[in-house]
Amino acid sequence: MTTKTLRQTLLDARAAKTSAFVPFVMAGDPDMTTSTGILLSLEKSGAAAIELGVPFSDPVADGVTVQQAAERALAAGATLAGVFDMLKQARAQGLAIPVCLFSYLNPIFYMGYDVFARTARDAGAQGALIVDLPPEAAADYLATMKAAGMETVFLCSPTTDPVRLALIDAASTGFVYYVSREGVTGAQTALPTALSEKLADLRAHLTAPLAVGFGISTPAHVAALTGKADAIVVGSALVKTIGEKAADAPAALAAQVKELLAAA
Amino acid sequence: MTALKSPLPNTLPDSAGFYGDFGGRFVPDTLMAPLAELEDAYNKAHADPAFWADYERLLDEFVGRETPLQPMHRLTAQLGGAKIYLKREDLAHTGAHKINNAIGQILLAQRMGKKRIIAETGAGQHGVATATAAAAFGLECIVYMGADDMARQEPNVYRMRLLGAEVVPVTSGSRTLKDAVSEAMRDWVSHVHDTYYLLGSALGPHPYPRMVRDFQSVIGREARAQILAAEGRLPDSIVACVGGGSNAIGIFSGFVDDAQVKLIGVEAGGTAIAKGQHAARFSGGSMGIFQGMKTIILQDTDGQAELTHSVSAGLDYTGVGPEHAYLQALGRAEYTYALDDDAVAALHRLARTEGIICALESAHAVAYAIKTAPALSKDHLMIVNLSGRGDKDIGILRSYEENKKS
Repeated sequence: MTTKTLRQTLLDARAAKTSAFVPFVMAGDPDMTTSTGILLSLEKSGAAAIELGVPFSDPVADGVTVQQAAERALAAGATLAGVFDMLKQARAQGLAIPVCLFSYLNPIFYMGYDVFARTARDAGAQGALIVDLPPEAAADYLATMKAAGMETVFLCSPTTDPVRLALIDAASTGFVYYVSREGVTGAQTALPTALSEKLADLRAHLTAPLAVGFGISTPAHVAALTGKADAIVVGSALVKTIGEKAADAPAALAAQVKELLAAA
Repeated sequence: MTALKSPLPNTLPDSAGFYGDFGGRFVPDTLMAPLAELEDAYNKAHADPAFWADYERLLDEFVGRETPLQPMHRLTAQLGGAKIYLKREDLAHTGAHKINNAIGQILLAQRMGKKRIIAETGAGQHGVATATAAAAFGLECIVYMGADDMARQEPNVYRMRLLGAEVVPVTSGSRTLKDAVSEAMRDWVSHVHDTYYLLGSALGPHPYPRMVRDFQSVIGREARAQILAAEGRLPDSIVACVGGGSNAIGIFSGFVDDAQVKLIGVEAGGTAIAKGQHAARFSGGSMGIFQGMKTIILQDTDGQAELTHSVSAGLDYTGVGPEHAYLQALGRAEYTYALDDDAVAALHRLARTEGIICALESAHAVAYAIKTAPALSKDHLMIVNLSGRGDKDIGILRSYEENKKS
């Protein structure tokens, strides 16, 4: 079967007046074999797409939970090429939902944009989000991704001004990812106030579909945001489980995702 | 070599923060607005004579500038070649050049109305300078420092706490300077409205490399006037150690337009130029994007930052400041390295010959002078930027020697 694009996945959720559930996990955490199992388990549990983290040594946008996941993955020997192999493996085992790679720029810059875009596509990724590549500096990257038929995703945040928001929107062929708070990734107890209003305002200004993430960690958070954005990203809460359960993570995540989606 | 068309101080970087291919602003979206706000505030301050008048008054009254340019008579005689001068930044308040930048940026923070100052530090000299400036302006100060660096530069940790700063150990990654920079960025992202990130070297996203260079350019201006007064001519070479590269870019900026003056940066060669054993980015590094800038970094074949090593915490860093990468690519400056052993030996020799205990960082530049001066003619004038004093390194030196014996 053909995998949908990221963009179509979010547009379908919008048409159904719901939100695509998009878990974030770190590739290679705790190891590549378990990672394959995690991706398949997430799909079975109700994920509409997956954000697949590429481990990096110096993740400035991430809180301690995701940092530690990257350290575990790197310690277990993860590389960008290894991430592609793992994804290919997951596709061979039946993974059908779209995958967006979530990476820092340097591993991709080092590999070369062209090799990255083609290899990622051939491994079964639909698109990529490069955390520390703002659209202002992304001309070459955008052209290369487009030529390879890969979707692009960019971040916007509470401090993004309207001029930059338009730039981000234009550069995002997959979707725009709204960072819900001023801070790094990580679970939190309460969502920012007026988040629903902010999402409504963003939707009114964006042409690309909209995902929301950073700090979304409980069933109540997911329920509160369902229908307010086209996708909801949950990361650290799941990554924490992987850190605790290691090889048993696929089963533990299945239970956790069902719980997260129960109230939605 | 043809003369450069004044790349310093104001024609570069370009409006996007690039020095040729290097520099720029590669950060998560959450930092784009704060960096734009900072750039705007700095541009306004830069154009305001009152800002520079305040800065120069503080350099005079508080920092104790100008610092001397001192001829090294005994060392020069011993080496029998080039005439060596030291630019004595170790005599600035707090014992290193770092205070020049801390004072400039704290004035900017004050203009921006920021009440909370954060900083990263490697050897602790920038942390001490920031804690000092924050104390003098009555501002809250939090310093991020790698846990390993805290252990090896303990006296500076205590000094920062004496000055009222909170020192936060960073236990992620390699527990050194790069991890402290990452942690400070994370703090800033989380507290952008009330917090000023006082970055300590000529690195990171635009506009930091430019601001730090501008605030350190006082070293080069003074040294230029001092050598002209003392010798009636320009020097033949300028030597400075390069971690991120702030003391070096500061002194280079005074001479970069004088094509006949050789500019030499000395990186940390560690125990050997081999994977994980050094921090000499120009000897084994390659182009990468790291902590907000495009520059030469030490990385593995998967684009991960490679572990670095140096006996001096202040030079133990993955990437070089982008303007140095630019000067190297242009061929305007050249970069070499000194090994740990040579830096430690240079520190001892300077102490016994001239009565100056310098910082281990600065000892790398001194080591280069000791190595090259004998082969140079007696009319070769060499200025070594002595970026800091060595009190903080007493503990390291002691254990270094004990390890050598065992």
